[in-house]
Amino acid sequence: MVEQIIFLIISAFTLTMAVIVVTKRNLFHAALALMATFLGVAGLYVTLDAGFLAAAQLLVYIGAISILVIFAIMMTRRLMQTTEPAFNAQAAFALVTAVVSFGILFWVFYLFREFWPLLPDTAVPLAAKPELPPEMIQNSIIVMGRAFVDPAGYVLPFEIASVLLLAALVGAIIVAWPKAEDKA
Amino acid sequence: MSFNFIEFLKSLVSLTVSDYLRELWGDQLWVNLVLDILGVVIISTFCLLIVIFLIWLERKVIARIQRRIGPNRVGGRYGLLQTVADVIKLLIKEDITPTGADRVAYLLAPFLTVMAALLVWAVMPFAPGVIGVDLNIGVFYFLAISSVSVVSLLLAGWGSNNKYALLGAFRSVAQLVSYEVPMILALLVPILLARSMSTVSIVEAQTIPYLLVAPLAALIFFISSLAETGRTPFDLLEAESEIVAGFHVEYGGMKFGMFFLAEFVSTLFMSGFFATVFLGGYRFFGLETLVIGDGWAIGNLLGLVIFFVKMFAVYFVYIWIRGTLPRVRVDQILNYNWKFLVPVSLVLVMVTALLDKFLPETANNFARAGAHLTANVLIALVTIEILRAYARRQRRLLSGESGPGEAAVDEHAHHDTAVHEPAAAH
Repeated sequence: MVEQIIFLIISAFTLTMAVIVVTKRNLFHAALALMATFLGVAGLYVTLDAGFLAAAQLLVYIGAISILVIFAIMMTRRLMQTTEPAFNAQAAFALVTAVVSFGILFWVFYLFREFWPLLPDTAVPLAAKPELPPEMIQNSIIVMGRAFVDPAGYVLPFEIASVLLLAALVGAIIVAWPKAEDKA
Repeated sequence: MSFNFIEFLKSLVSLTVSDYLRELWGDQLWVNLVLDILGVVIISTFCLLIVIFLIWLERKVIARIQRRIGPNRVGGRYGLLQTVADVIKLLIKEDITPTGADRVAYLLAPFLTVMAALLVWAVMPFAPGVIGVDLNIGVFYFLAISSVSVVSLLLAGWGSNNKYALLGAFRSVAQLVSYEVPMILALLVPILLARSMSTVSIVEAQTIPYLLVAPLAALIFFISSLAETGRTPFDLLEAESEIVAGFHVEYGGMKFGMFFLAEFVSTLFMSGFFATVFLGGYRFFGLETLVIGDGWAIGNLLGLVIFFVKMFAVYFVYIWIRGTLPRVRVDQILNYNWKFLVPVSLVLVMVTALLDKFLPETANNFARAGAHLTANVLIALVTIEILRAYARRQRRLLSGESGPGEAAVDEHAHHDTAVHEPAAAH
């Protein structure tokens, strides 16, 4: 019961902030609301006993991505009191993309509704949160770490993601590398 | 169970008063809630009040380092009440919001800063069993929360609508985001050694303090924590002589006081965290498990004292560095981080992980510690040798192959201008 109320409060907060992100005309305030949305999502992770994921959400989304977004706004717009139109030429396209991604996500969650990733042996419907043993929650990072490097687990997606990130890093360095004529 | 004053006092001294009260009132939801709230209030009040002492300590110690006397008028010969007077002054000052400021960001920033500085204390193990919450991701939680403090600096810098504040915010983001990387990598070493991210498990695993097992990781963590808290030599965020006061230039009264407070609280936290992760926290030759009489765990109190001694020893080093070192330049901090600290810490993490894996399971603690210490010393020696070779090459570039010569230096100077200002090259 308490969990339900907390879930509802956090969800309401997250959704309100998400609406503010798209309705605020001041880009800087929109970015702040985006941060609050990320914070709400982190709160949802906490209610799901996924503490590591919540901390990772804080570290990556608020500590890095939001900072990058704010930096982009600071670098490209005039200081203060910038207001942007709510719609641009890509509005229709964005609507289609949003609906399609929502559909795909819904479909994926529907497919996996009887699958609880940390408990591979048991098929528990997601509707009822399974009673996890406390050791399981306490050791969840160990289980997750093992699963990442386990051939029977997620080693392939993990390595593909690593290679992708490495390629992006190298690409960023090459883009930022001073050109030969600049050096001379 | 009826209330027994002696038992209550005993539990108070052995820092198990919450267990005592839980036994007295029963293990119910409201009891736990009240006790949790009390714990939060006690820890945050402690953090806020200790700052008064910390500021006095910092002024006094730096004054002595610079052969001055420091505060000595208010509150006796040692000026003990000077900071109290300062705090009262800050509290009764007018609360100003600049006209051109972005109100939301301007007002939110001080609160977020203090919140981030206080939230991290939840995972600090003060004494055996005395910790806000023993998260299984304790160290990671600290990193996550402290990454949020960057946001508040950015808010302050942007919201003030002042060019110095914005410059300070840009610098702070460049510095804090960069130095997070070596800090995380350095903290991976104790996590690897203790096989846990929980701060309590890390303390319990330190039969030999990790300062002796992984001195290089401790050094890297210490340097990056200096940068993360924006203290000398990395105090570019508020360099008075360059950008007035950096991100908080437009703040006055207690709003400024909150930034000031957060800085001191997080510095104290960093000292405590260093003591926890590298100096064995509340442990000192088993003194913390001392039990006297019929099961009265006096060791908890001793553990608290030990922890505080270690924390303030580290804090003193922070003050010492502040009183000793000059400020570095903007390009130096970034080069130092990305070209020196990050590669060294990457190598260190890899070597530690491999060594830990390949050491035989039967090796005892001292053998393990010795092997890790040797690896650390070797890495340090190789690093110093590489740096020396690099410096030698730089000197040769500057002075020419055949020793110091005007022509060579001139040529280099032209080369330099060409790199920085291609348009002005001739």
